[in-house]
Amino acid sequence: MSAAIATRPDARDPGAASQARLMWRRFCRHRLALLCLGVTLLLYALAAGAEFVAPSDPDATNARMVFHPPQVVHWLVSTPAGFAWRPFVYAEALKRDPVTLAPAYVVDPTRRVALGLFVHGTPYRLWGLLRSDIHLFGAVDPGAHVFLLGADRLGRDMLSRIVFGARVSLSVGLVGVLCSLVLGIVLGGISGYFGGQTDWLIQRVIEFILSLPTIPVWLALAAALPKTWSPITTYFMITLIISLVGWTQLARVIRGRFLVLRGETYITAAMLDGCSQARVIFRHMLPALTSHIIASITLAVPQMILAETALSFLGLGLQPPAISWGTLLEEAQNVNTLASAPWLLLPGVAVAIAVLALNFLGDGLRDAADPHA
Amino acid sequence: MSRFILRRLLGMVPFMALVSITCFGLIKLPPGDFATNYAASLAAGGETVSQATLLSMREQYGLDRPFLVQYWRWIDGVAHGNFGYSFQWQQPVSTLIWGRMGLTLLLSLAALLFTWAIAFPIGVYSAVHKYSVFDYVFTFLGMLGLAVPGFLLGLVLMYIGIAYFGEDLGGLFSHHYLNAPWSLGRVADLLRHIWVPMVILGTSGAASLIRVMRANLLDQLHQPYVETARAKGLSEFTLLLRYPIRIALNPFVSTLGWVLPNLVSGSVIISIVLNLQTAGPLLLQALLSQDQYLAGAFLLLLCLLTVIGTLVSDILLALLDPRIRMQ
Amino acid sequence: MPDAAANPAADGEIVLDVADLSTQFRAGSATLRAVERVSFQLRRGRTLCIVGESGSGKSMTARSILRIVPHPGRITSGAIRFTPQGGGGPCVDLATLPAKGRQIRAIRGRDIAMVFQEPMTSLSPIHRIGWQIGEALLAHGLATRREAMARAVALLRQVEIPDPESAVARYPFEFSGGMRQRAMIAMALACNPKVLIADEPTTALDVTTQAEILRLIARLQQAHGLAVLFITHDMGVVAQIADDVLVMYQGEVVERADVQTLFAAPQHPYTRKLLDSARRLGMAAPSARVPRPPAAPVLQVRGLSVTYPGERRFLRPSRPGVAAVRNLDLDLFEGENLGIVGESGSGKTTLGSALIRVLRPSAGRIDYTPREGGQLELAGADRAGLRRAHRQIRMVFQDPFASLNPRMTVGQCIGEPLLVNGLMHGAVLAARVGALLELVGLPAAAQTRYPHAFSGGQRQRIVIARALALDPRLIIADEPTSALDVTLRSQILDLLLALQPKLGLSFILISHDLGVIRYFCDRIAVMYRGEIVETGPAEALCGAPSHAYTRALLAAVPEADPARRNLIGVAG
Repeated sequence: MSAAIATRPDARDPGAASQARLMWRRFCRHRLALLCLGVTLLLYALAAGAEFVAPSDPDATNARMVFHPPQVVHWLVSTPAGFAWRPFVYAEALKRDPVTLAPAYVVDPTRRVALGLFVHGTPYRLWGLLRSDIHLFGAVDPGAHVFLLGADRLGRDMLSRIVFGARVSLSVGLVGVLCSLVLGIVLGGISGYFGGQTDWLIQRVIEFILSLPTIPVWLALAAALPKTWSPITTYFMITLIISLVGWTQLARVIRGRFLVLRGETYITAAMLDGCSQARVIFRHMLPALTSHIIASITLAVPQMILAETALSFLGLGLQPPAISWGTLLEEAQNVNTLASAPWLLLPGVAVAIAVLALNFLGDGLRDAADPHA
Repeated sequence: MSRFILRRLLGMVPFMALVSITCFGLIKLPPGDFATNYAASLAAGGETVSQATLLSMREQYGLDRPFLVQYWRWIDGVAHGNFGYSFQWQQPVSTLIWGRMGLTLLLSLAALLFTWAIAFPIGVYSAVHKYSVFDYVFTFLGMLGLAVPGFLLGLVLMYIGIAYFGEDLGGLFSHHYLNAPWSLGRVADLLRHIWVPMVILGTSGAASLIRVMRANLLDQLHQPYVETARAKGLSEFTLLLRYPIRIALNPFVSTLGWVLPNLVSGSVIISIVLNLQTAGPLLLQALLSQDQYLAGAFLLLLCLLTVIGTLVSDILLALLDPRIRMQ
Repeated sequence: MPDAAANPAADGEIVLDVADLSTQFRAGSATLRAVERVSFQLRRGRTLCIVGESGSGKSMTARSILRIVPHPGRITSGAIRFTPQGGGGPCVDLATLPAKGRQIRAIRGRDIAMVFQEPMTSLSPIHRIGWQIGEALLAHGLATRREAMARAVALLRQVEIPDPESAVARYPFEFSGGMRQRAMIAMALACNPKVLIADEPTTALDVTTQAEILRLIARLQQAHGLAVLFITHDMGVVAQIADDVLVMYQGEVVERADVQTLFAAPQHPYTRKLLDSARRLGMAAPSARVPRPPAAPVLQVRGLSVTYPGERRFLRPSRPGVAAVRNLDLDLFEGENLGIVGESGSGKTTLGSALIRVLRPSAGRIDYTPREGGQLELAGADRAGLRRAHRQIRMVFQDPFASLNPRMTVGQCIGEPLLVNGLMHGAVLAARVGALLELVGLPAAAQTRYPHAFSGGQRQRIVIARALALDPRLIIADEPTSALDVTLRSQILDLLLALQPKLGLSFILISHDLGVIRYFCDRIAVMYRGEIVETGPAEALCGAPSHAYTRALLAAVPEADPARRNLIGVAG
């Protein structure tokens, strides 16, 4: 009867592996999700170190560099000794077409702007604390201009603005999910654990909120925010508004899992073992929920990012000078501007990459958490 | 069945009351009331308005009364087709909204049909040919559709239209028909233009519906009743159509309840980008300029549209599934 | 319309000849040999039983014949020669036909029909019964729509469904389990097949319903001259209906014989083990029923009722509640094993849950006498009282896969009651857990591993160790063996019986299986529709039941002896 059972716990013995470890193993088999985990972490790292990562000050305007097009990086230069690894861009100058007099940027093949890693540039304070002027990359000469992703209507560097925008847009997702999570866990948990009329009431509220068309309601709420509020207050209010809708999905997931769990025999067994209500919830139920919660919030973050982008895009979310991917895209609203400066759409690419990575990651986590679903 | 519908309709009454209170609450949220906004808008145009006029206005709309009284007056007016007055447009709200709501409804329904028309076959294909090349392709495209916000897709299309075809893809009508009365030519013109917003709107909806359909069908494909049908000697195609697809259709239809709100919601923002003559741009303007009654009317009608969508999906589901019908 | 009389083959002629059949599942580099070189013949008018435990390959053998082996399984060798007319009639090798082709489809459902195990899920939930029955006729072009409906009514009448005219228009969810299985059989018979394959058709049913279905299949076989392939894990059922028996173990046939020979002189050790398990559960355990002096009551239940509250509905009158247990009296004495037997829906599980107060009774008293003396009333007990009671009254659940927290090690699971009651921790706890594991026959080192590393039987031992951790006085076991294979059942029961004198335990065993109850218990209470209809000492009650329901229950238990066919009469 007692089959071969290892006497020593072994890391490779599947019998000694906890559920968390098994879940991680399943997740690692999901290559795409693993890749997307890397992309997501990278994006958040870039956003966290925006001052260091961005080559220049995102708010520095330059009247002579209005709508400067993106520049191509040349990696090699020919030297007498052969080719050398020395990245540079050709400088471009604003010239007027002799016939039409329309302004256009012309590449000047005689002027090279050398690029380097860890170069000195605009001084900044990282997170308002660390004073430095070292940037991850940029023009070796602090006075030179480089526009790898072009410039906007005020001559501001798009790349730097996108990096700084990531800080706001990506954190809106996290903060919003945090709000949603608190609401969702508390209300979904109450609903699922107590059941009965409490459950009925909360479920009707959720159904009600879900049946409202989100964007018009968001618009109405956001429009009610006074324009005089500080950007940071607006930021939190917008996040709150977005999570007002977002929590319902999370609450549904959590309630559903709670209901399933409440019927599990091992929960009954724990109650009969003499566990207190708190121990049943925290020791037995929550660990079983965490994997699902992690997967759900990973899938909720991109929703929040998209919502913030949409609101700011319409001019009802964050207001300039605050930088987010949404406010950057607001500049791309005019089709005629867009026709002459299509690189203004690049923040949209950033949105798509972030959302795609988070979605695949969330999918992978969900599959790993619940291999039978 | 008629009892089922009647019960659902009755259940809608308190629901709609709640929705309308919420909408009214939303338009009352911004500081200041209708009269001060009206005065401000006139002042911006260089006109002045007398205190007496403002007072009579407050009197007329009961702005000095408690919230519920104001709400009652508003909803009572709405019930009689009077949605209040738009100070920005200087005309009754009801003259402004109907044409726009009609086009919104048309656009949402067109997008819904488009969504279903692509999501259903692709979902079925992906489930039946699980892990095939096309399944992966569709999954990736679907994910991409979910990741790219609709307005961005709209902007990209607009850019492509302008940059490569020299054509403005925005609007629902060409210039010639913009303010023309309805005619066959205008309808044809509408049909020529509506596909752009329809495709944009439908894309993200279709992406999530493909996933729903695929997951539902995968659940059903290995149910014992499929084996029963196979053991009867049905061909694979017949049994697929008759059993798993037919049964997976139920949850698919029930998605109407949330797909329609999403489409209505998405149409607002797409309409703004593409400058369509639907509810979206006017709602945004009304909200930005605090034109409360106009905004309130749009909000209420958009919510009503989604509630009706939920109702229709419930009824369809009951028609399709005897278990729900006989509950 | 095809007719039974049109079947020209004579009884005993070979209709289906399976030779050296192998079916394998390939996933990546791994190959699962589900069926290995299996051979048998099906004869007209005779029943072949394939018997074996879960995973023995018996279901895949059946599916291979109809070529409905699920992906990625496929037949790798062998022949399935089907001779519909018998004797020298035309013969087709089903193993060579394309699995999705027209030829095999023409045979499925028309010549060879199949009845599946789960009547709840094997019928489409959204199609009408009549339509599902008539569908095969339509698919094979044997009838028009109108004829198919008429035939469906006739078939439902044949399988003894009352009011068949209105039953054809009903949906499966309006039928009970037994009715659905009858409808499944009607469906299989629609085209007058030559061969009927029944894959555990009675496993999901109550024993009295099982008896009716077995009788029905036997009667239809007689009437239509069917060749029946009957798959089961239950030796009792084999003894009742088989003419020939095939014993399968891990994909291979380990023994074949006619039913009399097999039961009289089993050759293979596995067959002997199966038979032994079945026969043991037909009598009392050797260690059970030692005469005991009259003892004091441990548990006295008076007037216990449990009502499930009705659903409150919006704008409509609420649904009435359901009384699952009604005004029930019960006594349990010290050191006694009390069995509660009943069929699904009898309220026995509700009773168990109410006794340990997972459910709150709506009326009545449960007086428990703690080991230290005094009285504890459980029905109205508060949290503290229940906590005290739950140290002495423990529970063992039906599903060993669900009753252990998958996120805790075995040691944490077993130690949980000791830890939360503040009795032990640290090294003392680990030592105690180790001792408990050895007590139930598992090595002490098992405590560092997680439940997923253990088989069903081992897990049930872990659950028992957890129940024993607090030195309980009373263990309530709800179907502790029904999720296990037959050969493991008596092992678990023997373990409990061996522990009983050592630890001074009393048991309440709840089961639908009269064999398990009879094996284990001194006294039996029979539950029917929320009430106890009869109580008595095990032997007396089984020997001379007084209540009609008890008699019906006893009569429906298939005896594991082909010479005594209590269900369908002696073999012909």
